Amino acid sequence: MPSLAGLFFYMNYKTENIKRINVSKPLKLDCGQTIQNFPLAYETYGELNKSKDNAILVFHALTGDQFVSEINPITKKEGWWVSAVGPGKAIDTNKYFVICANVIGGCMGSWGPKEIDKNTNEPYGLNFPVITIRDIVKAQETLLDHLGIEKLLCATGGSMGGMQSLQFCATFPNRAYSAIPIACSSSHSAQNIALNELARQAIMADPIWDKGRYLKKNIQPKNGLAVARMVGHISYLSEKGMQEKFGRKLQEKADFEFSFNADFQVESYLRHQGYTFVERFDANSILYITRAMDYFDLSKQFKGGLVEAFKSQKTKFLVISFSSDWLYTTKENKDIVIALNASGGDVSFAEIKTDKGHDSFLVNEPEFLKTIKGFIDSMHTKFKNEKRI
Amino acid sequence: MKREFKIIADLLPKNSRVLDVGCGDGTLMEFLSKEKKIDVRGLEIEEEKVKICISKGLSVIEGNAETELDQFPDKSFDYVVLSQTLQAFYNPENVLSHLLRIGKASIVSIPNFGYWKVRTNLLLFGKMPITKSLPYNWYNTPNLHMCSIKDFFHFCINKKIKLEKILGINKSKISKINLSNLEYKNLFSEVGIFLIS
Repeated sequence: MPSLAGLFFYMNYKTENIKRINVSKPLKLDCGQTIQNFPLAYETYGELNKSKDNAILVFHALTGDQFVSEINPITKKEGWWVSAVGPGKAIDTNKYFVICANVIGGCMGSWGPKEIDKNTNEPYGLNFPVITIRDIVKAQETLLDHLGIEKLLCATGGSMGGMQSLQFCATFPNRAYSAIPIACSSSHSAQNIALNELARQAIMADPIWDKGRYLKKNIQPKNGLAVARMVGHISYLSEKGMQEKFGRKLQEKADFEFSFNADFQVESYLRHQGYTFVERFDANSILYITRAMDYFDLSKQFKGGLVEAFKSQKTKFLVISFSSDWLYTTKENKDIVIALNASGGDVSFAEIKTDKGHDSFLVNEPEFLKTIKGFIDSMHTKFKNEKRI
Repeated sequence: MKREFKIIADLLPKNSRVLDVGCGDGTLMEFLSKEKKIDVRGLEIEEEKVKICISKGLSVIEGNAETELDQFPDKSFDYVVLSQTLQAFYNPENVLSHLLRIGKASIVSIPNFGYWKVRTNLLLFGKMPITKSLPYNWYNTPNLHMCSIKDFFHFCINKKIKLEKILGINKSKISKINLSNLEYKNLFSEVGIFLIS
């Protein structure tokens, strides 16, 4: 378990390492509230070229942040998508300008429940409004204006990042030349809502949580948050992947201890994942972001459903699913493809055969990386040519 | 590129919308897109080939034509192309009705089981035919429903499918097929290409 000093070090990180813009344009949230003058934290990799045809907006997943590549200056660990983004990688930062913003509701510098509410001079906690994926995406669009990017080469992300890429294209048609929604869904399934509820209940059952007021006391409901993270980690692996990785192997011991310590490697793995997570993430952010995911149903936003959502689209889509992903199944990803087809959209689809489960997009999965590289490079050639005409 | 693809390409007007079912590595798609400015989409069952298409900038969906054609709306394409795959489906009749539903017209090519080399193989040697367009053994062939040009011709007439154009190809030439030369062309064509609607 981490020391409390360590916890404070991460959660009260130095903000000079974080790029932020102040979003002055009023943003009407789906809950009815209008916000303005809120911070949006972001990071960029590579250089925007003169013709501005090489910008790729990456959307992060539930527990991600804006630090996609290189070393995260806050956690000092590798960026969450270092397998795909960097010099010479599938999304080559020698060629492309990669942008990622911390979602609103998050806890890495963007406007979120742990930020100080100017009205009360205290952290928002549960006074933070319930936000949606559409709110998250709308906030990020302002960043493109700030960076002077009219049209993205590509909008991409996995899991919740994939949902954001779909929402971005539906809300801002023709702001992206291409999009790669990865391992996601156009509406959150009952199973996914149930798993998110499990994570929320774990946090809320921790007495430290105290209806979200823990921040005032400068503590974290780390037991609840760690359990929430463990739930997530189980759902990110496949049954086969987990069996192969851990099986019934014992954790550095010859036999059972006849106790409730972590006898099995899989227990040790979950505990490690859970308790390192609390060092970098705010519990209230998990509540708000999982809620945004649960509320996500693109078909509901448009009369005529999902087909209508993609009607005015010229964006070229590549939908990718993973064969062993039981959280966002191939079937759910294919439903996006079907809707895009029905609306006359331009869509490609590939299912990557792998045992690595939902996590496949984050790990070194060569077939997946080859596919996104092939798509982005060919889209860049096409985009450049079309811009020239 | 296969000669058959060039012939199919010639049948397709510029700037049309085409769906290539079983598009393979996208050779035909690439040609149609570059040379004829055709807005072309593909459906392919093999993951490896889908990836090749994607890296060429072609829009291809990984999927099984036998079960996944219903995702395409009625008349969403001008033409649907199916090259030498009809015979490999469990239910070619169903696939064909989808092709005609999705496209305003359809181009279907078939390896001709009525070709003389095929006939002699069976007749003289009493063995399942192995030819250039039918290179498999009986135990490993993906071809489940073989037919001849004549079979397909009569099938279309029975099903009230309009035969717009029929071409027979063999090593030396391409020829038009109609009712009057059907018997002869059925014997001397290795592959039949049907434009139907």
